[in-house]
Amino acid sequence: MSEKGMKLNLKIWRQKSSKDKGGFVDYKVENISPNMSFLEMLDVLNEKIILEGGEPIAFDNDCREGICGMCGLYINGRPHGPQSGTTTCQLHMRSFRDGELITIEPWRCGAFPIVKDLIVDRSALDKIIMAGGFISVSTGAAPEANTIPVPRDDSGNSMDAAQCIGCGACIAACPNASAMLFTAAKISHLGLLPQGQPERKKRALSMVKAMDDAGFGGCTNHGECEAACPKNVSTKFIARMNRDYISAGLTEEPEKE
Amino acid sequence: MKIDSRLPSGPIETAWDRTKFEMKLVNPSNRGKRTIIIVGTGLAGASAAASLGELGYNVLSFCYQDSPRRAHSIAAQGGINAAKNYRNDGDSIFRLFYDTVKGGDFRAREANVYRLAQLSNNIIDQCTAQGVPFAREYDGLLDTRSFGGAQVSRTFYSRGQTGQQLLLGAYSALMRQVKAGTVRIFSRTEMLDLVIVNGVARGIVVRNMITGKIFSVAGDAVILCTGGYANTFYLSTNAKGSNGSACWRAYKRGAGFANPCYTQIHPTCIPVTGEHQSKLTLMSESLRNDGRIWVPKKKGDRRPANEIPEEDRDYYLERKYPTFGNLVPRDVASRNAKQVCDEGRGVGESGLGVNLDFRDSIKRFGVQLIKERYGNLFEMYEKITAEDGYKVPMRIYPAAHYVMGGLWVDYHLMSSIPGLFVGGEANFSDHGANRLGASALMQGLCDGYFVLPATVPHYLSTSSLPNISDDSKEFKEAVGEAESRIKRLMNINGKRTADSFHRELGKLLWNYCGMARNEAGLKKALEAIPALREEFWQNVKVPGDSEDLNQSLEKVNRVADFMEVAELIVNDALERKESCGAHFREESRTEEGEAKRDDANFSHAAVWEFAGDNKKPIRNIEPLSFQYVKPQQRSYK
Repeated sequence: MSEKGMKLNLKIWRQKSSKDKGGFVDYKVENISPNMSFLEMLDVLNEKIILEGGEPIAFDNDCREGICGMCGLYINGRPHGPQSGTTTCQLHMRSFRDGELITIEPWRCGAFPIVKDLIVDRSALDKIIMAGGFISVSTGAAPEANTIPVPRDDSGNSMDAAQCIGCGACIAACPNASAMLFTAAKISHLGLLPQGQPERKKRALSMVKAMDDAGFGGCTNHGECEAACPKNVSTKFIARMNRDYISAGLTEEPEKE
Repeated sequence: MKIDSRLPSGPIETAWDRTKFEMKLVNPSNRGKRTIIIVGTGLAGASAAASLGELGYNVLSFCYQDSPRRAHSIAAQGGINAAKNYRNDGDSIFRLFYDTVKGGDFRAREANVYRLAQLSNNIIDQCTAQGVPFAREYDGLLDTRSFGGAQVSRTFYSRGQTGQQLLLGAYSALMRQVKAGTVRIFSRTEMLDLVIVNGVARGIVVRNMITGKIFSVAGDAVILCTGGYANTFYLSTNAKGSNGSACWRAYKRGAGFANPCYTQIHPTCIPVTGEHQSKLTLMSESLRNDGRIWVPKKKGDRRPANEIPEEDRDYYLERKYPTFGNLVPRDVASRNAKQVCDEGRGVGESGLGVNLDFRDSIKRFGVQLIKERYGNLFEMYEKITAEDGYKVPMRIYPAAHYVMGGLWVDYHLMSSIPGLFVGGEANFSDHGANRLGASALMQGLCDGYFVLPATVPHYLSTSSLPNISDDSKEFKEAVGEAESRIKRLMNINGKRTADSFHRELGKLLWNYCGMARNEAGLKKALEAIPALREEFWQNVKVPGDSEDLNQSLEKVNRVADFMEVAELIVNDALERKESCGAHFREESRTEEGEAKRDDANFSHAAVWEFAGDNKKPIRNIEPLSFQYVKPQQRSYK
């Protein structure tokens, strides 16, 4: 394999801390197997940097099977790189050409301050969920599960929305840095189920407010979010959220914080 | 070490209810004055934090990820078991209890397992009410499937992402409590040590992973829900960050560590492709329902799979186990894959793989139906290997996946250190020597939603816990020790990276203490591991600064602990001179070559006690007794 390995030129964003200005640094890697994942390619580079006495590139990752939402790199101008419906950790080097120049950046969004190198702070997403991304049932208070039948299609649609992994690619892709797809996915997941009805209006109002307060932009229908989403969450849920939000606004008092 | 499992007496069916009634409660107005520290936000940790927050306690929740939603429970695919008997197919609490005790090869406590089976039904109710989108039938009621060779259909699921949906449910409940002000989250904060004051757990030492600041946190009880230590093997299906450090620190502070050698090797993972491999990906074992497993009959047959005619194929599971065939339990499937590869009949570039062939099922049912059943798994396989599993057989190989061993806990899930509780995979309690499919999610949520919220308050109300501040002597000492350990690691300035040591450790463990173990190999490992550890402390290289975000430092600190965990795993495997469940000692097998238990000598949990650095740990025993399920030899012929 060593003779057949790929050579790549990398242009990677380095930034010491949130206060540092940061900039691109060029690297070269060799003997890259097409079977490596993108993050394994970065592992190889980091091992080399460490042995040469440098400081390795910091990037977030954890499960490396596309479900935890921890990884997320802006690769050649696309969140999670060139392959659709794929997280960075599930992207493999066979998606690139031998000798290719690859540019790697962190998510760029005002609400996601850079922590170091390719790592950003996505705690704003937790704040949106905290504002109402739940059904208020305490442990022990649940009725027998089959007393609440859910039509199969509703359950399937709800699951389509619930698949969101909270990686933030939708926001990184959006020219307005809008978190509408993320927020809509949670509002729709719960709003499509009978259990989610009692708090449906309140939820839409408070989660949208939290989204705005965190500094995310509004939606102007570019559709970049859906294209970038590694779980193919559909923009139809944004339309659904807007309906919930408008009807709630007409009938409910906004929650006082 | 005193081992008192506090098992309830009397009929098992009412044991948990009676225990709950006998437990003391905490006055609602006093709950907010009690601080409970919970480390880890997976299914057990998040559900415990949410539930204790709802009760009114002051909960501090810690995780190393950037958000509690990312804990590795999220990666579980298959489903969660419950004894609802919605299918009317003969399931019951007793049957789930029976299957779990038997599946664990009679190495778990009956009372714990019975409680687990009982509470399984409450879990489904709870999660449904939270909005977990479980699969539904056309009538709108909950769907179930049969899983892992079970004869009843008791596994609830959300497509292939059940762990994700259950974890997001628990995370939502947790965030609701954060909003209510009962829970405070410390993300990107890793536990470095446990603080003990007057013999009881009163706090932890942590490191802020962004600033590098090391500080301590005081409380009235500490709950560890930090998952398993399968990453000791380096290559495993665990997340890259999953580690054994929190439990290991607790062990070194005096908590017993039970059955460390019970490590589950999952049969259906995608094989290793090269030295660069950083983790292994599991594919749901439901694939074995329709896929046939085979290797060439002849050693070194390198023909492409589709060109090997029927008469040259060995469907070894079907041949050896005509009744269960490809659906034998995980440990049996894994061991047999290893055996045929050891014989030189493995497939793929490395020779470490077996074929999982859907040709005959596609012929029989049509490609459409196979697509409906497993489409997402075929896609995942293609993404990773660039091969089309509909056209050529998939290649699979076993990988380290889950550990049944963990910190010893009593019936209240309290460790041998008072005030230190352990939930989920981190404890050793319910799966015996082998865990059945779809049971890990059940146990994590059972511990977190129902057991800990009952037992921790009882501890708080029956213990004298004077007010304590984190500038007392014990806290300062523990912080000082943690700081000097970090300093020591930073100053080694050697020539090898943490990953290179970790890889070597993993290979040692995999070769000598993996799917099959023998005395000679284990003894070899017991020489090699301390030598490697010594080299590690002389020659590891940590770049960067400790007062900064430093992923190499995080790694090296965890690998330092894995080096010690590995030795305990091997010690336990060496002392347990029987085969049971996932622990297969080549010296202990039946005439047909299957695992053979030795109930006369080993019907017990081994509880290891730390005796000091570089001293052999003490092996204590908790005897097991079986009153409801009579131990028998497992047979899948």
